[in-house]
Amino acid sequence: MVKIIIENCIGCGACEAGCPVGAISTASGKAAIDYDTCIGCGACVSNCPCEAIENEDAAKSAQVEEAKPAEYHGVWVFAEQRGGELNPTVFELLGEGKKLADKLGEKLTALLLGNGVDALTDELGAYGADCVIVADDSLLEDYNTEAYAKVVCDLVRERRPEIMLIGATSLGRDLAPRLSARLYTGLTADCTALEIDHETRGLLQTRPAFGGNVMATIITPNHRPQMSTVRPGVMKKAPRDASHRAQVERVSVELSASDIHTRVVKTVKELKQTVNLVEAEIIVAGGRGVGSREGFALIEKLAETLGGVVGASRAAVEAGYIGVDHQVGQTGKTVRPRIYIACGISGAIQHRAGMQNSECIIAINKNAEAPIFDIADYGIVGDLHKVIPMLIEELSAR
Amino acid sequence: MKLIVCIKQVPDTAEVKLDPKTGRLIRDGVPSIINPDDKNALEAALRIKDENEGSTVTVVSMGPQQADIAMREALAMGADEAILISGREFGGSDTWATSYIIATALKKIGDYDMILCGRQAIDGDTAQVGPQIAEQLGIAQITYARDIKLNGRTVTVERMLEDGFQVVEAELPVLITAIKELNTPRYMTPRGIYKAYEKQVKIWGFADVPVDEAKIGLKGSPTNVNKTFSPEQKGKGEMLEGADRNTVKTLVEKLAEKHLL
Repeated sequence: MVKIIIENCIGCGACEAGCPVGAISTASGKAAIDYDTCIGCGACVSNCPCEAIENEDAAKSAQVEEAKPAEYHGVWVFAEQRGGELNPTVFELLGEGKKLADKLGEKLTALLLGNGVDALTDELGAYGADCVIVADDSLLEDYNTEAYAKVVCDLVRERRPEIMLIGATSLGRDLAPRLSARLYTGLTADCTALEIDHETRGLLQTRPAFGGNVMATIITPNHRPQMSTVRPGVMKKAPRDASHRAQVERVSVELSASDIHTRVVKTVKELKQTVNLVEAEIIVAGGRGVGSREGFALIEKLAETLGGVVGASRAAVEAGYIGVDHQVGQTGKTVRPRIYIACGISGAIQHRAGMQNSECIIAINKNAEAPIFDIADYGIVGDLHKVIPMLIEELSAR
Repeated sequence: MKLIVCIKQVPDTAEVKLDPKTGRLIRDGVPSIINPDDKNALEAALRIKDENEGSTVTVVSMGPQQADIAMREALAMGADEAILISGREFGGSDTWATSYIIATALKKIGDYDMILCGRQAIDGDTAQVGPQIAEQLGIAQITYARDIKLNGRTVTVERMLEDGFQVVEAELPVLITAIKELNTPRYMTPRGIYKAYEKQVKIWGFADVPVDEAKIGLKGSPTNVNKTFSPEQKGKGEMLEGADRNTVKTLVEKLAEKHLL
C-alpha cells in the first residue's frame, strides 16, 4: 500500500499530476490518497521530489527468485520471419538494439528461428547484428507458440542476455508474454522509446499507459532479461552495410512433437486491399465527426485527390464507419506522413500518440476547443462536409 | 463443457476528456465498462454454452469491489457464476503478478475445458495477461481468435494475422483470446438482469487464493513504474480564419510554399 509521509509533503502536486488514475488530491495543501481509486502502481513514489510517499510493501519486500542482473550480458533481438522473409520491424529492432548495446558496451545478437532460414543471416549482419544465433528445425517451420517459446527460453536461460527486444507484431505479442511468464521476468508492451539508465545500466522502457492518457517509463529492476515488445514503425531502421558480417552460430533444437499442442492447418493471405498507412506520405483521416459510413466517401475522395490513403480514429472504427485496418492511434497504427489531415477527429491522446510525429498536421473540426488543434500546424474551425469539397476543388484546380 | 471467461472492468477511455484550459485529464464521471474484447470472449463462451447442453460459464475477474457491477452485467448476459478476486494485497500487480494470481485462482477452480479472454484491455493495451495465464497453467494458447469452432474435444480457430489469417487446431483444454471481429456481444435481457440479482458474486480475497505472497502486488511484480508524464505535445500552429473558399485557398498556398504538395 502506498502511504503519504505528511511531514515531508510540500503539497507541490507532482504526485497528483502524475497519477494515472486520479487517486491523489493536494487540494488541502498536502497530498491525500483516495484508496478506492488507487491501483497501487507506485508512480507517485518515484514522481515525488521530497520522498514524502513510500510504498509499504516494497519496504518489507521479500525478494524471490530474482536474477542477479550482473550475470546477464548483451542485447538480443528476436528476428521474426515468416516464410523465409524477415518482418520489417526486425530492422528497427536492430537499429534500436545497436544503440542500446553500444551504450552498454555489449554485443548485439539476433535470434533467428525457422526452417531453412540460413540465407537470412547475411541480412541480419548487414543491418548491424554482431552475432546471429540460428535455430533451424522442421518443427519451427510455422510459428507455433509452444515450440518457439521452448527454444527461446532454453537459449535465454543458457546464455543470459540482459535485454531482449521483440517486435509488437501479432506473432511477437503472442510469444513475448509466454516467455516472460516462463522466465519470471518483466515484459513491457508496445514500447515507443528505450533508453539506458546510466546509473543502474537498467533499461528505461517508455510506453503510452492507462489508455494512452499518460506516458509511463517502466523498469525491470531485479529480473532478467529486461523484455520489451517494440511498437512497429516507431524506432529508426538500422542503416544497411553489406560489408558488415555477423558471427553465425547454429544451435541444435531439442523439440519433439509432444511439446506442441496446436497445429497450424493453413495460413491464408487475405486479398483485402491492404492499407499501407505506415509508409503513406499523405494520410486523410476521419473521426466520429464524419458522421456515417457514407461520409467517408468524402474522406476517400480527398485522399485520392492528394494521392494519399485513408486513416481513421478509433471512434470512427468503433462506430462502424470504416474497417479497423485504417485505424491510427495507440491501438491502431503509428504513422509519420508528410501531411496528415484530421477531419472531424477531436484528438484524444490515444489518437495523437499515433500521429503526432507527422511532418504537417492539418485539422478540420467544428469544435474550436477540440484538442487536435493543439498539435495542428494549420487549423480550420468549420464543417468538414463543407470545407472538404472546397479543398478538393482547389487542389484539383492546381 | 466448463468454460471460464476472464474479464476486466475498465474506465471507458473513449470517454476520457481533456480540460481545454489546463490540458489535464478530466477523470470524474468516466463510466466503467466491461472491457470490449472481454465481452466478445464472453459472447463466444455463451454461444458454446447455447450449443452444448449442460455447459457452464464462469466469469472471473480481478479488481476492486466496484467491479461487482461488471460481474453482474456478465451474469445478466447469461453467465452462470461470477468470481471476483479482490483484495488490497493484489493491488499494484503488473501483468506477470496478475496472471499468476488469476492462474492460481483458476487452478483452484480446477475443472475447465476452455478459458476465454479478451485480446487486450483498453486501459493497458498490453495483450499479455491472457498468454501469461496460459503459460502459468501450462496449457496451449490461441490468440486473436476471429472464429471458434468446436468439434468434440477439438477446437478450430481462425487466428488473425497482419495480412490474413491462420487456421489453428488444438485439443482442449486451451486458452483463447478474442478480438472484436469474433462476434457481436448480446445485450442483457430484463429476465437476465432479474436473475443476475438472484445470484451471488463470489468474492475471493487474499485468504481464498493460495498464492505466494512474495510474488504478488508491487513487490512481486518484475516491472515497476519509474515515472509518468504527459505525452509531449507538438506546439500549436496557426489557426486559419474562417471556413470558406478563401480559407481553403490560403491553406493550399501555405502547403505549396512549404513544398508539401
